[in-house]
Amino acid sequence: MILYIMCFFLFLVGVYGAITKRDLIKIILAIGIMGYSVNLFLVLLAYRTGALVPILKKGMNIPASMMVDPLPQAIVLTSIVIELGITALMAALAIRIYQKYDTFDITKIRRLQG
Amino acid sequence: MILSQFIFVPLLAAFLIVLFARKKENYAAAIALAACAWILIVSFIAFFKLSSHGGMILNNTSGWKIPYTICLILDNLSSFMLIVVNLVAFLSAFYAIQYINHFTGKWNFFALFMLMLTGMNGVLLTGDFFNLYVFMEISLFSAYALVAFGTEAEELEAAFKYATMGAITSTMILFGIGILYSYTSTLTMADVGLQLRSGGTPKMIFLVYGLFIAGFGLKTALVPFHAWLPDAHPSAPAPISAMLSGVLIKTLGVYALMRIFFNVFGAPTVVMNILLLLGSISMVIGVYLAFVQWDFKRLLAFHSISQIGYIVVGFALGTYWGILGGMFHLLNHSIFKSLLFLDAGAIEYSTGTRNLKEMGGLSKDLPVTSKTSLVASLAISGVPPFNGFWSKLIIIFACFLAKQYVVGIIAAIVSIMTLASFMKVQKYAFYGKEKHSKVTEKVPLTLKISMIILAALCLISSAVMIPSIRKNYLNPIVDTFMGRTSYIDKVEPYFDKGSVK
Repeated sequence: MILYIMCFFLFLVGVYGAITKRDLIKIILAIGIMGYSVNLFLVLLAYRTGALVPILKKGMNIPASMMVDPLPQAIVLTSIVIELGITALMAALAIRIYQKYDTFDITKIRRLQG
Repeated sequence: MILSQFIFVPLLAAFLIVLFARKKENYAAAIALAACAWILIVSFIAFFKLSSHGGMILNNTSGWKIPYTICLILDNLSSFMLIVVNLVAFLSAFYAIQYINHFTGKWNFFALFMLMLTGMNGVLLTGDFFNLYVFMEISLFSAYALVAFGTEAEELEAAFKYATMGAITSTMILFGIGILYSYTSTLTMADVGLQLRSGGTPKMIFLVYGLFIAGFGLKTALVPFHAWLPDAHPSAPAPISAMLSGVLIKTLGVYALMRIFFNVFGAPTVVMNILLLLGSISMVIGVYLAFVQWDFKRLLAFHSISQIGYIVVGFALGTYWGILGGMFHLLNHSIFKSLLFLDAGAIEYSTGTRNLKEMGGLSKDLPVTSKTSLVASLAISGVPPFNGFWSKLIIIFACFLAKQYVVGIIAAIVSIMTLASFMKVQKYAFYGKEKHSKVTEKVPLTLKISMIILAALCLISSAVMIPSIRKNYLNPIVDTFMGRTSYIDKVEPYFDKGSVK
């Protein structure tokens, strides 16, 4: 249970960073932290103490309850790839913004009127 | 295999454009248009074939059966949405052929456009929670890039804002999916619904409700989550604004929200009340903020928030007339709002300005743009006989029938304010005194054709209100919502029953 609570705490750290930080790069990092915490949460769901890898070999007779759930691991793999794409896109946007505005500070990047 | 075409045709088109059209840019438009035309035809075929399949076509994407695999499900609701999406996509792509001459990197534009369409079609067809997330990210990803397509300072800023908010809420949706998975050990929507229905309502479900309302609410641009829309939608090139405001917020937002809350969770009262409240606030705030805008596209973006409020209110009432009105307004809004954005794009193309104060007397120089935007303005403000009148009438009527008098009165007042706001647009842009803005370029042919077709559709779609058409084509769609979790019962025969869980 303590693991889940800490995982949720990590999620909140990400939310806090994304909301309060003024630096574009720090915002990107905060979103990354949120993503990691959710990935960690998904992996925790699959974990079982003392369980085996879910690969069946000939002659093995292990009940399904003694295996780790493989589905969240597949999900995490996909979501990591998606997050990589989003992070790369946002970093590219941040670089282009820096070229236009000469700053990473979001309080100075305000040409749109709210 | 009719279903997988909706996903692989645009995906293949995006791939082919990147592969072949880098040097010869005319190929890009040709491939994109061919792909759009193909899936538009297929979506019509699917719509009319559906009744012979008992109202549902289900494809498993692998040798396994659900709930052990991802499935694509076509039912009345998704086939209707597919027609709306692919129709607007086709017309926007056609419009873009000549509009995009003002930009460089044509092939980039069309590849991203096709990728966005892939994501949207995928969201409409999928019957799996995680698959929904993946397709949503595909279309959002290309939407971020397309908003920044002009690479001007404002556009980059808007895209970054959109990407930040989109990424945060997508993470929330994934978190919600994770919680659902931990409770039900499945990702198939129907199976999740089935287990929640038999297992009672656990307390964690309220956390999931909250995460999903925040997540999909941001994609819908309901009011507390609306801040990105007025920046992102005007910054994109006009055909993309038309796609974003016309269909993206409806597929990723309204469709996903309603599919999940009605068909999987069985329309819980607490969520419906929240959505009713948010929808009413959206209507008022959107039109109020639109009132003070002088940037034409920004004004239209605020009106999108207000009109989305109508749609959400219609659905949140949960009655037959409410859902019918919401459904019909969704169709109508995607037609007239994309038309208005295309008009704004045509004005920007020929005069180079979006500021209403700099326009004036354009009705002489741009007759087609002026006429079509008049049609769209009348439609969005709800003047008979245009389509907007009927759907707004039904929604207001439904509010009174459901004894939500306050919401009904708000909807009626907002409708009048919309009319006032568009009278301002017409006066300053097209009919007032001629100002210093000059028409430097004529509006090209493909722009005109797209706009005329959409203007005709504004009138034609009123025909949906003819009772026999409504009975045959709209009622089955409304029934997918009225039956609440009957969606689950329809999917259940396809389940794999042989194996042990």
